[in-house]
Order: sequence, then structure tokens, then C-alpha cells
Amino acid sequence: MSDYNVTIGLEVHCELKTESKLFCSCVNKFGGEPNSHTCPICAGHPGVLPVLNKKAVEYTVKAGCAIGSEISKFSKWDRKNYFYPDLPKAWQTSQFDLPLCVGGEVRFDVNGEEKVVRLNRIHLEEDAGKLVHSGNSTAVDYNRCGVPLIECVTEPDIHSADEAVVFLEELASIFRYCGISDCKMQEGSIRADVNLSLSKPGQPLGTRTETKNLNSFRSVRRAIEAEIVRQTEVLESGGNVVQETRHFDDASGTGYGMRSKEDAQDYRYFPEPDLMPVVMTDEDIEKIASTLPELKRARRSRYISELGLSDYDASILTADPAVADLFDGAVSLGANAKKAANYVMSEIMRKGKTEGEDGITVGISSAQLADILMLVEKGEINLVASKDVLDKIWQNDMTAGEAVDKLGLRQNNDAGEIEKLVRDIIAANPGPADDFKKGNEKVMSFFVGQLMKATKGKTNPKIAGELVRKILSE
Amino acid sequence: MIKKSLLEIKRDLAEKKVSSVEVTKAVLAQIEKKSDLGAYVTVCADEAVAAAEEADRQIAAGVDKPLLGVPVAVKDNICTEGIRTTCASRFLENYIPPYDAFVVKKLKDAGAVIVGKANMDEFAMGSSSEYSAFKTVKNAVDDTRVPGGSSGGSACAVASYQAYMALGSDTGGSIRQPASFNGVVGLKPTYSAVSRYGLIAFASSLDQIGPMTRTVDDCKYVYDIIKGYDKNDSTSYSGNLDLGEKFTSLKGRRIGVAKEFFPSALSPEIKAAVEKAIAFYKDNGAEIVETEIKSFDMALACYYILSSAEATSNLSRYDGIKYGRRAEGCKNLQEIYYKSRTEFFGPEVKRRIMLGNFVLSSGYYDAFYLKASKVRTLIKKDFDEALSKCDALICPTAPTTAYKLGQKITDPVEAYLGDIFTVPVNIAGLPGLSLRCGTDSDGLPIGMQLIGKAYCEETLFSLARIYESAKEAK
Repeated sequence: MSDYNVTIGLEVHCELKTESKLFCSCVNKFGGEPNSHTCPICAGHPGVLPVLNKKAVEYTVKAGCAIGSEISKFSKWDRKNYFYPDLPKAWQTSQFDLPLCVGGEVRFDVNGEEKVVRLNRIHLEEDAGKLVHSGNSTAVDYNRCGVPLIECVTEPDIHSADEAVVFLEELASIFRYCGISDCKMQEGSIRADVNLSLSKPGQPLGTRTETKNLNSFRSVRRAIEAEIVRQTEVLESGGNVVQETRHFDDASGTGYGMRSKEDAQDYRYFPEPDLMPVVMTDEDIEKIASTLPELKRARRSRYISELGLSDYDASILTADPAVADLFDGAVSLGANAKKAANYVMSEIMRKGKTEGEDGITVGISSAQLADILMLVEKGEINLVASKDVLDKIWQNDMTAGEAVDKLGLRQNNDAGEIEKLVRDIIAANPGPADDFKKGNEKVMSFFVGQLMKATKGKTNPKIAGELVRKILSE
Repeated sequence: MIKKSLLEIKRDLAEKKVSSVEVTKAVLAQIEKKSDLGAYVTVCADEAVAAAEEADRQIAAGVDKPLLGVPVAVKDNICTEGIRTTCASRFLENYIPPYDAFVVKKLKDAGAVIVGKANMDEFAMGSSSEYSAFKTVKNAVDDTRVPGGSSGGSACAVASYQAYMALGSDTGGSIRQPASFNGVVGLKPTYSAVSRYGLIAFASSLDQIGPMTRTVDDCKYVYDIIKGYDKNDSTSYSGNLDLGEKFTSLKGRRIGVAKEFFPSALSPEIKAAVEKAIAFYKDNGAEIVETEIKSFDMALACYYILSSAEATSNLSRYDGIKYGRRAEGCKNLQEIYYKSRTEFFGPEVKRRIMLGNFVLSSGYYDAFYLKASKVRTLIKKDFDEALSKCDALICPTAPTTAYKLGQKITDPVEAYLGDIFTVPVNIAGLPGLSLRCGTDSDGLPIGMQLIGKAYCEETLFSLARIYESAKEAK
């Protein structure tokens, strides 16, 4: 297999998270009762006309700006005509020869090396509905129909499944940072088609196949790996790879051909007469570009160089923009970067993961996080108690201080009071106290634990430890 | 009473000389009496009487609306909420739109009483109204002859007093040619002046809705009600729609005549009638300007390419899946498409679908669609140039008067040639008004067409009114 160079180009479809659909005012929302988010326009009734959602154009331009595309000052709409029940008008409104964004590139690291994948274009189009099969019959759900979708087409710059997957993760992260898409695989809001060919080193590119509609990064990896094996076998046995569209079956892990080049659909593209072209000025583009946030790679380097975080911590914190924003906010409010990083990576991400299904749900604000860290720093609560505080203020706008009071968690730092408690506990447990005197240091933690239990964790553990040692040593 | 003009009956209603229920019932009786003419696909007597009763209540309460209580007809390709809208096609035989077209809303807001849906060529494809899937419309003047098309039902209804006004639609002459065949006034407004929202699309870049009436003033009156910007139609014009001039004297007015307007194939009687009208304008003070529109004879080919291409796409939504009819006994998806479209589309519609698919298919696009798009630009330019030298152009509306039923049904090309004077105006996006200018030896009406600059409908009304009043005075 190593005899062949692998060449891969991806077409990535990604749903934009605008409030409404691309050409009507229906809500753009995943799920819902079948056909509950539809109207005569997105259901393709006779006589209806589309009205462009400007926000979707803005989001597409933002995506282009984020990857350094050239933004078209003049782009237009075209009809891609084909029959399928999930497409009620029997054409998809898309962009053929004049897309909104041209060119661009995505940089990412694979196995420690920087890699660049060039983009050919990003265009905006509408999503189709979904077929729902049950037994012998099939129904159509048009809820997704007309949801704005961007198609990002790469140049054939990818050479392995690893590169493809990391590229996709990076692209998804960029779009999440831009706030234009959730890129949720489970909801099908990001999907990819894989164009793949093999060639001998120094030889021209081989015949490519296109595997369509892969809706998880894992499927992309498996489909690429399977297709490399298949094409290698075809070539090794002296055969020719047939140019075709393929489908990858996730359950069996194998791909199969759907239609060859000869049966390829003729989409009969032509300019959409019901929509005006999109005309943009330099000012329009600059205005959108100015809303771009600091993206993942930039943030990660800043965390390393300016905040002194490790490469590993910086990567984890920047994986999800909501987490990175939370962290950044707390630091700018005065939290210690390393302590904040540790707290976010342990407590926040643990809690966010248990409650959220896809990615991390951040249930507190930067200010709330800064407060918690400040209370721990000042010794008003300890780390154990901070978890209860976090639970209390999660998805709630209560301040950390209010939560501490409400829960009665304020830590006891009064050495006199603690000493009294320690003496009582030691007196009540003469056995372990003897053990200490015989040289068993481990019983220290037993006494501290007893103390915490008795005070519901509200005792300053550092003071308690020192006092236990002092009194046992008397 | 039914023979009064729209403005006259409107005045009578406002002055309570007659009630809307009386007028509506009189019109419904006439519809019943003239049912052999086939002007209507659907007569909505109950809804009309209810609307008339409501109009009478409002009139009694002193409410004044521009069309309060006036019975009108709407071509059956314009959506009416809750009232069957068929496009005279088997496919939509049972289709009840869930919404009102923009123009229908305008009519209802103005208090009009809709008495029925006017018959037409299926999906507005045809020039004789013989392609209605339900019944052939007959000429109001001579019932052995065609009424023209595709708005043949609208023209016939107005000419035979089955409505005071009917809305038609015009893609290549479908308002003007039947107006001329039935001796009524028909306006094809400037493209984008009247919203297409709710007009079941034939060729989106050419379709326009317009009024058909018995007098020029009625036509203007209704045009002023239905025109205007609509946010639901992205091609709708938001600028000033009143660039025309109102005048009563022809002094200083210039009327353009191009040599292309009098081809050798033109019937001598029509040529003479139009020349007489030109002489009338000249005798009454207008200057006649010789112009040329070199691309004039390219318009027909250009039209049939562009309109069929758009139609192919627009009619793909009729697939037997969502609404309308589905063929019985289909075993799979392909059969649903194939059988439904075979069974429920008529011959002319199929012809255009095939033509449209051909000109859009890969390998032929450049030679046909693209070239036609360039010709379109040329035609626009030629018209703009000709109109820069005059207030309006004058030519025949059609090369013949109403022909016998069945005469051209076997020869579609012959029928297409009937559109030579009207089609260029749609391609140029300009307003065109057809007005009776004579009678041939068979007693059939002859129509002339006035073509104006964009949004200069008022100029056309002024010119037409001067001619009309002079004829009435005679």
C-alpha cells in the first residue's frame, strides 16, 4: 500500500446556525415534529418565491474571512435541478460559477507537523429535507429543508485519513469560533464527501471516486481507509479504478458504488431568476471581517507564550470556543491563569461533559468562575466545597459568594476553634492516636478526614493538618 | 348592468344605486348563461355572494375601498387561499393553495368580489387556450374561434360581461394577444412592477400579472391597485413606479415605429388598421419617429429557449409526492415520477419541458441557454435605444386575428409565430398595452400594442385613452 500516493479532496457541508431558514422565515432548529418547521415556501408550494436571509450571507462571508478566502463582490444564485422527494422544488438553490468565497487555507498540526490545506471555494446553498423510512413506506420531513448550508471545497491537498480528520476538526473549530455553526455531527450539521485517488510516485493523479455523505469524523476515517485498501487491491490486480459515486456503510464498514460517471446526474444548472445577485462593497466585507474572534490557533499560542500554559493545557482549553471564552474572561477579571486553567480542565469540563450531550456545556459565566477562584484563593472555601458552589450556580446567575452563604460553606480559618475540635476528635479516638505515637504517620489523614466529616468540609484543611500533627506530637 | 365599465359600476355601488349582491348575482347569472364559452375553471358563487354581502355591509357603514363590491375574475394560475387553483392542469386538479397571492390580497383588501378562476392554457403555455386540460375556451366575439391565450378565459370573461375585470398573466403575450382577439384592453406591466408572489411560475424572469378590462381607465385603475413593492418577491421593484406621464394632448409626443413591426407575413387588414391608428396619432399632433429594433426577429427563438428552460425547472416540483395528483399503481419512486408526469401533463407542457431540458443539458447549455441570454441583453439594448427617441412604440399585437378552433393545434411552430410582436416586450422587461384598433372582414377585433419605457405605464394609458375617446366620440 505504501507504493501509492494518496490524494484526497473534501467537500464539507456545514449547516449555519441562523435564526431562520435561508429563503423563508421558518425557524432553523434541529428536531421538532415532522414538518412542523415548514411553510409554503420551504415546502415548495406552487407560486411561492424565495427571499434571501442576509444573516446567512454574512455568516458565509465570516467563514471565508476566517480562512483567508477572497470574498466575491458579486456572486449569484443558481438552480441545481434534480428529482428527489427530499427536495420539494426539485432544484436546490445553490451557487455554481460565482460563489461567495474563493480560495483560502486551513493550517493545522498532524503528528507535530504543520500542514496547510487550500480551499477552492465556499458557497452558500439550502439543505434538503429528510426521508423517514418505516416498513414498506417512506415519509418526508421538510423541517431541515431550506436550512442554510455552506459547502467548503478543498483542493486535493490531503494525503491520509489522519490529515483528513484533523483538517475537519480544525475547520469545525474555526466555524464554532466564528459562531456560525455548531458543527454537530450527531445532528448532521456537518457532513463530508471524500474524493480519493491513488497514484504511483511521480505519476499523474489516478482516477478518483467520491464517497458521499459521511456524517462523522469516524466514518470519514474509516471510509478513507477502506477506499485506499479497495483501490490498492484493484490496481494491484491489474484493474482500473472506475470513476464513480460511492456510499459508505457505517455498520459494515464497507463502501459500495452507487452510480458511475456515465449515469452521473446532469444538474442542468442555470441562474436562479427569482433571486437578485449578492453585491458587496469593501466596507460590507470589512464590517463582517471585523467581527471575527481570535481563532483557536492564535489563542493557543497566546496561552502558551503569554500565560505560560503547557502546550497540552492550551490545546484542551481552546478545543471548544465556549470553554476558551470562559477561561479568557476569568483571566481578564484577574484570575490566576494556571489555577484557572486547572480548574476549568478539571471541574468545569467534568461538569460540562456530564450535562451536555455534544461538546461541552458551559453553565457559568467568566465572572462567576473568577469569583470561585478568588474565594478559594482567599481561603474562604476549599476546593471540595467549591464543587458544591459550582453545582449551585451552574445555569444560574447567582454569584459564588451568595452560593457560599446559602450553602453555609464558608471555611473556618479560626485556629483556636479548629484546635478545640481536633482535641475532641483525638480524645474520642485513642487507638489511632497511639498508632501515630508508634510512628504510623498515615493516621494523620484519618483525623483530618474525621474533622472534615464533622464540619461538613468547612474547615481549612491546611490549618487542620498542622494542628493534628502538633497535638498528636504533644 | 353587467355591461357597465368597472368604474361605472364602482360609482353605482358607492352611490348605493345597486347592491353588490345584485351586481354579483347578475354576473353569476351571466357566467351561467355563457358557460359554453368555457371562460372559468372554477366559479365560486357561494364565496362571491358572501363577499358581496360583506361589501354591502361595509358600503352601508360608509366604508370606501377602491373595488368594494365589484365582481372580478382571477386567472387560474394565481393562488387563492382555500379556492382550488389548477393552472388548467390535471396535475393540480385538486390543489387548494394555503395562501393568497400578493395581487389577490390586494384585490381583497380593495374589497373586490372574486367570482371565479379563469380558464387558460395549461400552466400558461399556449396562445389559444385550447391546451386547458379541462375545456377549451371560446372567443367571446365568435365562438367557433379561439380566444387567444394563455389568458383566454380572462379575456373571454371580460369581453362577454362575465366579470368587470380579470387578472391575467403574461410571459410572452398571454395578456395582450387574447385581449386583442377579444377586443378588450390588456396591460403587461413592466417586469417587477407587480409582485409575482403567488403566481404559479411558468418562466420566472418573464412572467408578469396584469389587468384585462373593457376600458383604458378601468385598466389603469386596477393596475394602480395591484402594482407595488412586495418584500416577498425579491425581483419586485422598490423604486418609483410612476415614471410615465399623464397627458390629454398629443402635441410634442413622439411615437416610434420600426420597420420590423410590419413583416411580410402580417395580415394586410391588420397592417392597414395599425397604420390607420398611427395616422390618427400623427393627425392629432404626435410626431411619428422611424426607429429600428434589429434584434426583433431573434426574439422568438430567444424566448422559447429561455422560457422553456425556466419552465422545465419550475414544473419539476409537480412530481406526485407532496400535493396535486399522483398516478395510481406506482411500484416505486421512479414510477411515481414517470407515470404521474406522463398522465397529468398535457402535450404542450411536455413539449416545453423537453425543449427546456434539452437547452440546459450539458454540452448544449452554451449553444442555447447562454447564447439566448446574450441575445436577451441585445434585445433590451435595442429597445432602450429605440425608446430613447420616443415616448412609446406602436405595432400590431398579433399577426392575425382570432383563428378557428383547432386550426393551429397540430402545428405548434405556426402557433409560436403568433407571439412575434409580444414576446420581445417580455424579453426587454417593458410594459405593453393592447388596445382594439379595428375590425377585420370577419368582424373580428384587431389589436394594436403600445410599448413603453420601464415604469412608464401612465404614458401608455394616456396614449390609449386619447385613441379610445376619439373612437367613442365617432
